[in-house]
Amino acid sequence: MIAHAIVFYIFSLIAIVSAIMVTVSKNTVNSVFFLILDFISISCLFIMIGAEFLGMIMLIVYVGAVAVLFLFVVMMLNVAQQKNEWFNSSGRSSHIPVGLLVSIIIFFELIIVIGGWKYKPNLLDSIAIEINTDLTNTQSLGSVIYTDYIHLFQLSGMVLLVAMIGAIVLTFRQRSGVKRQSYFKQISRDRKDGIELVDVENNKGVKIDV
Amino acid sequence: MFSIGLGHYLTLAAIIFTIGIVGIFLNRKNIIVILMSIELILLAVNINLVSFSIFINDLSGQVFTLFILTVAAAEAAIGLAIIVVYYRNSGTIRVEEIDRLKG
Repeated sequence: MIAHAIVFYIFSLIAIVSAIMVTVSKNTVNSVFFLILDFISISCLFIMIGAEFLGMIMLIVYVGAVAVLFLFVVMMLNVAQQKNEWFNSSGRSSHIPVGLLVSIIIFFELIIVIGGWKYKPNLLDSIAIEINTDLTNTQSLGSVIYTDYIHLFQLSGMVLLVAMIGAIVLTFRQRSGVKRQSYFKQISRDRKDGIELVDVENNKGVKIDV
Repeated sequence: MFSIGLGHYLTLAAIIFTIGIVGIFLNRKNIIVILMSIELILLAVNINLVSFSIFINDLSGQVFTLFILTVAAAEAAIGLAIIVVYYRNSGTIRVEEIDRLKG
């Protein structure tokens, strides 16, 4: 039990510190790396409390795909040199106290909710899908996703498809003045267009008129 | 202190959620960090869902976490595409200079 607590505190401390570093880091690339660290530590927590499949999926999706996407955009836009300057931002800086106030209020509201939270008396009767301890986490999730939640599952696939098409359409750009390969022209080229046979007289050479 | 319960996980989620909101409010640098703060907020929501699912012994919380992951990935892709297009058109993604709507 104590080992469990120690591991929990270590991972949550890493998660909180790296979350703070995401927002205050000077360099955007460092922010992305701290985001990766944050996701890794949270997925370790997930694996620790028994949601192994979600922990691994978070590693794959966030660290493998989303964070690399962020890094790629940061590299492409060349914004890594822009320094963070939120405390000495020029002129109107009234957003800082307001933002801090709102955040502190939200935090205390959440803490109050956590402190005063109780189970509903008949909660255990209203449980939709009980976790079967005989199966592994992945197995039980799979048996639920493909039966009870099949429509939501396919809908999330549609969401991903729409996102993919949207991202491609948004960033696609037809440039002018770029030489492209034209397959039709290439294939329909004739031998006469490309090659000309000439008889070369001695000591005259060939006159090329292009 | 040494027995980790639901309250510990909820507190962790609340702290990360608040850090994400602070990141959105206080950011003056570029929009990419705001997108990362949104990812942090979604991560806090995921922590809530997973810990409730484990401690109440109900699997549907983890299923919803899976869907939130999907939507978060789609949102990140679309958001980054919009940022790329905006940068291409206006040459900057600094938050202070994106004021075309005069909001």
